[in-house]
Amino acid sequence: MIKAILIFNNHGKPRMSKFYEHYTEDTEQQIIRETFHLVSKRDENVCNFLEGGLLIGGSENKLIYRHYATLYFVFCVDSSESELGILDLIQVFVETLDKCFENVCELDLIFHLDKVHNILAEMVMGGMVLETNMSEIITQVEAQGKMEKSEAGIAGAPARAVSAVKNMNLPEMPKNINIGDISIKVPNLPSFK
Amino acid sequence: MALKIVKGSIDRMFDKNLQDLVRGIRNHKEDEAKYISTCIDEIKQELKQDNIAVKANAVCKLTYLQMLGYDVSWAAFNIVEVMSSSKFTFKRIGYLAASQCFHEGTDVIMLTTNQIRKDLSSPNQYDTGVALTGLSCFVTPDLARDLANDIMTLMSHTKPYIRKKAVLIMYKVFLKYPESLRPAFPRLKEKLEDPDPGVQSAAVNVICELARRNPKNYLSLAPLFFKLMTSSTNNWVLIKIIKLFGALTPLEPRLGKKLIEPLTNLIHSTSAMSLLYECVNTVIAVLISLSSGMPNHSASIQLCVQKLRILIEDSDQNLKYLGLLAMSKILKTHPKSVQSHKDLILQCLDDKDESIRLRALDLLYGMVSKKNLMEIVKKLMLHVDKAEGTTYRDELLTKIIDICSQSNYQYITNFEWYISILVELTRLEGTRHGHLIASQMLDVAIRVKAIRGFAVAQMATLLDNAHLLTGNTQRNGICEVLYAAAWICGEFSEHLEDPMQTLEAMLRPKVATLPGHIQAVYVQNAAKLFATVLQKHEGETDSQAAQETSQLLIDRLPLFVQSANLEVQERASCILQLVKYIQKLQQKNVEVAEEVTALFAGELNPVAPKAQKKVPIPEGLDLDAWINEPPSESESEDEKPKAVFAKEEPKHYRSRNTEVDEKELARRREVRKQEQANNPFYIKASPSSQKVYDAPGVEHIPVVQIDLSVPLKVPGMPMSDQYLKLEEERQQKEKAERKKKEKKKKREKRGKGRKADSGPESEEDITPAQHVDIVTEEMPENALPSDDDDKDPNDPHRALDIDLDNLLSGFSSRPLADSEKLPVRTHRPEVLKSPAEDRVSESVPPETKKKSSKEKKEKKKDKEKDRKRSKEEKKKKKKHKEVEEELLESQPEEPVQSEETKEAAAPPTSTSAEEVTVPSSAVETSSAAVPESEPDEPKDTEPEDTKSSKHKKKKQKKEKEEKEKKKKKRHHHHHHHGEAGGEDSVQNGTVEEEEPLPPMSNYSVLAENSFIKMMREDAEQVYDIQGNHQDESKVVVSIIFENKSDSFLKSMEFNVLDSLNSKLQRPEGAGPHDGLTVPFQLPPGVSNEARFVFSVQSIVMPQKLKGTLTFIVKSDESSTHEKLDFKLHFTCTSYLITTPCYSDAYAKLLESGDLKGSSLRLEGINMPFHHLLARICFHHHFSVVERIDSCASMYSRSIQGHHVCLLVKTSDQTVSIDAKCDEPSLLGNVLDELKQTFSKC
Repeated sequence: MIKAILIFNNHGKPRMSKFYEHYTEDTEQQIIRETFHLVSKRDENVCNFLEGGLLIGGSENKLIYRHYATLYFVFCVDSSESELGILDLIQVFVETLDKCFENVCELDLIFHLDKVHNILAEMVMGGMVLETNMSEIITQVEAQGKMEKSEAGIAGAPARAVSAVKNMNLPEMPKNINIGDISIKVPNLPSFK
Repeated sequence: MALKIVKGSIDRMFDKNLQDLVRGIRNHKEDEAKYISTCIDEIKQELKQDNIAVKANAVCKLTYLQMLGYDVSWAAFNIVEVMSSSKFTFKRIGYLAASQCFHEGTDVIMLTTNQIRKDLSSPNQYDTGVALTGLSCFVTPDLARDLANDIMTLMSHTKPYIRKKAVLIMYKVFLKYPESLRPAFPRLKEKLEDPDPGVQSAAVNVICELARRNPKNYLSLAPLFFKLMTSSTNNWVLIKIIKLFGALTPLEPRLGKKLIEPLTNLIHSTSAMSLLYECVNTVIAVLISLSSGMPNHSASIQLCVQKLRILIEDSDQNLKYLGLLAMSKILKTHPKSVQSHKDLILQCLDDKDESIRLRALDLLYGMVSKKNLMEIVKKLMLHVDKAEGTTYRDELLTKIIDICSQSNYQYITNFEWYISILVELTRLEGTRHGHLIASQMLDVAIRVKAIRGFAVAQMATLLDNAHLLTGNTQRNGICEVLYAAAWICGEFSEHLEDPMQTLEAMLRPKVATLPGHIQAVYVQNAAKLFATVLQKHEGETDSQAAQETSQLLIDRLPLFVQSANLEVQERASCILQLVKYIQKLQQKNVEVAEEVTALFAGELNPVAPKAQKKVPIPEGLDLDAWINEPPSESESEDEKPKAVFAKEEPKHYRSRNTEVDEKELARRREVRKQEQANNPFYIKASPSSQKVYDAPGVEHIPVVQIDLSVPLKVPGMPMSDQYLKLEEERQQKEKAERKKKEKKKKREKRGKGRKADSGPESEEDITPAQHVDIVTEEMPENALPSDDDDKDPNDPHRALDIDLDNLLSGFSSRPLADSEKLPVRTHRPEVLKSPAEDRVSESVPPETKKKSSKEKKEKKKDKEKDRKRSKEEKKKKKKHKEVEEELLESQPEEPVQSEETKEAAAPPTSTSAEEVTVPSSAVETSSAAVPESEPDEPKDTEPEDTKSSKHKKKKQKKEKEEKEKKKKKRHHHHHHHGEAGGEDSVQNGTVEEEEPLPPMSNYSVLAENSFIKMMREDAEQVYDIQGNHQDESKVVVSIIFENKSDSFLKSMEFNVLDSLNSKLQRPEGAGPHDGLTVPFQLPPGVSNEARFVFSVQSIVMPQKLKGTLTFIVKSDESSTHEKLDFKLHFTCTSYLITTPCYSDAYAKLLESGDLKGSSLRLEGINMPFHHLLARICFHHHFSVVERIDSCASMYSRSIQGHHVCLLVKTSDQTVSIDAKCDEPSLLGNVLDELKQTFSKC
């Protein structure tokens, strides 16, 4: 079981948090803070596992994380998950984000939290892995996106226009944090069928 | 109107959307909290608007704020609103928000049940998907119970996208509602072989999660998984399965043997490290499970170790880490194969990655032997010096101590070395583990007698240099060591070379800065030292030295007498007075040494940590019984202060304690002392504990003279290294000596040779430097060996410990007791709490009953087995008592009965496939037929009658007994639905318990042929009339489909010819003549329930609807299209809802004069009056308002609000019913139906 999935940046600002067990908002923030504290002080070239499970649930939990550019992707899992499998899942997740946002960067995640959640929902459901095949995930995400668009229809057009205008006068929208450029060393794992 | 919409959408454009909110927050970095609070105010405004788009936008923003840590639970209701939007866009936003912030405590969750159910059955797969995803995050026990059946249906959905989600969410449902596991399991198992890999993977996922917690229940699935493992190519699935096998093998070693080969093949063939790693892990698990049985798997072990070595040597830190992790598992059973890789592991200690170092440390723990302990510890000590960061260093420290002390200091050959190590460790700055070191010092000094002299010398040095330890206040953790040092010096002061000096060190003014508990030990042990000093100087002509010592104490102790710590103060003043007295005696030249020493005579032995717990309770002692009657509350309050030190709260003490209390207390104390004196199990403070030392041999072991000249003086220099050298030399010497000895052909062993244990020769060629006389810890006599660690009672997975084997044995036997069926809509509490408990079997014509009685008996046996089994299981689920009660008490009556009904009704019709339509009169709910035998022999059909029919003869005897049982049970019932069901149930004719009621069922056969049987439940659940459906009512019909053939039934379509008045509700877009697909398929012997909703306009007339069920029968060779006709009969009664009514309201209703009357007379009814009432209640949905002797008033209400009142009187087999209703035609029909019901008796 996956207990929680957290994304935060190099400064510990949460970018997405998904807890599969209930915690109060305060506890959630504390967990994010402590996880950040644990993860951020680790060197780049150390292993991606941390036995910091005291935060969530019992000691059998592990933190498995990856660091991409400005973002940390942290999965808190119990012993039923394969460590290397989860690492690969994080990779699939990030690659899917990259495909869906076209060169994803931190800002995409910031401004489209709902979309990130929707993508994640196609991969992990209630703490269990639902789908590991990237093309399948993308198909489903896109199909739902299409549905959304067709529902918005013409009525949605002006809103989109306004949003576009609003985005125009946004100077700080550089897509500088491109994870595609950063090569990620993945252990010799086959992609999941 | 149109303008309004346009205006609305333009307004909306300028509302803040999520992006604007985020942007705003980023632009207000300084006053973020303030900005957000204004945003929340805006959101609150937006939520008040009617426009759903605005609301959805607001909820979307709330989801973002929730991530930032803001509590948004106040908007829960709005979230539910957005969830119920018909647009997917908004629905998704709503569900997302709900999944982020709903939990079991959210009360609006109750409101979502119907919405979720609607979404689950939505024609749009993404609506369903979104609902499932959301539900997976916030499912509660109630939701799980109400929706289990719907989700189960979705597991057979046509779209794999839905199927996989439905399969996955079942795990959550099981967790929340364990009763659903058994009914759902066959289908879950089916999904393991689903054509879609995603669904298959989901099913594997769920079963692995289940099996991990309760592996034994899933052993029977092993062959299936084995097949999957050898056939699947999906690594994710393979990993899960292989992990599962790892959990299963400890339970079934045979499985392990089978697994080794394919796993080894996988290890050789796979290129995926993740898979390789899991394979190795499982092979290890297999080897562990086999380790006792089959020793010859060294090849596999070698393979594993070799692969792991490759992992550890890999430059990838992740693989290195995992390799070490797996290695530690092998270590437990095959330490030798790991020990050969010691070099590699020691190398890992130098790794820059802390996680890897910690893993390596774990491994070292298992790798030490007598030979290499010193070397390894030396290496670790080096790391301690180098280590940055206190956490890792503390970890090292504990590891060193763990390694050395493991299994009773098994690997320590030289305790002097160990003491030196401990002393060195005290020099660590800022460690938290001073306590740990201290307890080790104490433990070693107490338990290893031979080392005491050395230990005392070391401790004396420590005390002398106490300023080094305490100098820095930040190091306070380490000063715990002084506690041990002081105690050891005091207790074993006879070994001290210069007790006077130590005494002086212990009484330095600086000591007063130590924590209180340490000071207390100082003071106490100063007294012990004093006694030793006195003894030493006794007999000397010059008493100067002894008197000086007394003077020293008298000078220094007042410092402690002033201590704020009570313990210190008390001890110090006590000892001070004692010393003053001794001084007086000394001045008179009286010899006191012996008496003073006697104060501290006797030895203290270590007590095992669990000793107290293991004291067996003597026979006849009841710990829960009151010794004295409990005092009244005020008194008990008074007693509290006595537990605290009186001085702390002197006022308290004086004011409240009366003299009587004092006396009483004294008396109690006396009694207690007496009791303790007589109690052999009470551990007394007297030196009786010395008897442990009477154990043969212990005292006679010569204490080794150690001729080592290790300089102990300089505390700043590490000394343990010297031991290492010495040890090596010693071993060399020993070896040489042994060789000599061997040449001389076994002379006698040296005096300090090992007598007791020290294991096999091959491993332990090393003789310990001291004889390791480890005093065992004391245990009380008769201590019971016990394992303490029970499973956590709060573990939700305990409830899922459900035996599934009988489900797996095949579909041919009835897989489930009907009581375990998932609750469906029609089983909701309202229905259960209606008079349904006391049911009469119906639609069983007497002849058929007799015909089928034989069959029935057999069937019964099976059923009984089933039920017994299920009951046992239920007993396990203690946690779910309430639900269980419901199931045990109420449900079994109905379903078992209904089964009999099925069975009994089967023979006459099963002959021809064409003759499908059973005459409606035999089927209809209102036309109940009660078997003649029943009133006389009600036990025959009692579900409680679990005694098998073999015992039929005995039954008569048991009857009485059972009646009583039943009475009890019924009490329970009444209590049960008395709580929720209102007064009607209390009055349901059983109050007097004249005679047990025959059971009743409301399932009746609708139609059947040789392939399928349709059973219909008549207790239609009536919907609340909502929204635009104001002019019509909905009726839900539950139909059980049972596959009677040996073939697979699929593509079932249910269709009904609509009448003007009643229509089948079809999904949007379907034509009025289209059939409804039954949402499941039926394997042979399986039954399942589907519900169909009808809308009915007028309810005053009974209705008959003709319908057809078409389906495909698929056997191995062929598949044929089949058809079954049936008639659905909606009686007027079925539109009545059991509604409780109070007698005053009832009287008013009758007085109002709006009701029109009618009456009915029934002749020749010979059943007890309460049976009659129960029947009316059960079949016609009435409730009893009042009953006086043989007269009762009853009430019911139609779904459209018509009141129906009955006055039932009986005398001599004649029953007269006066009825009133505001709708005469409805009343007429109801009375006709009533008449029909009773004409069948």
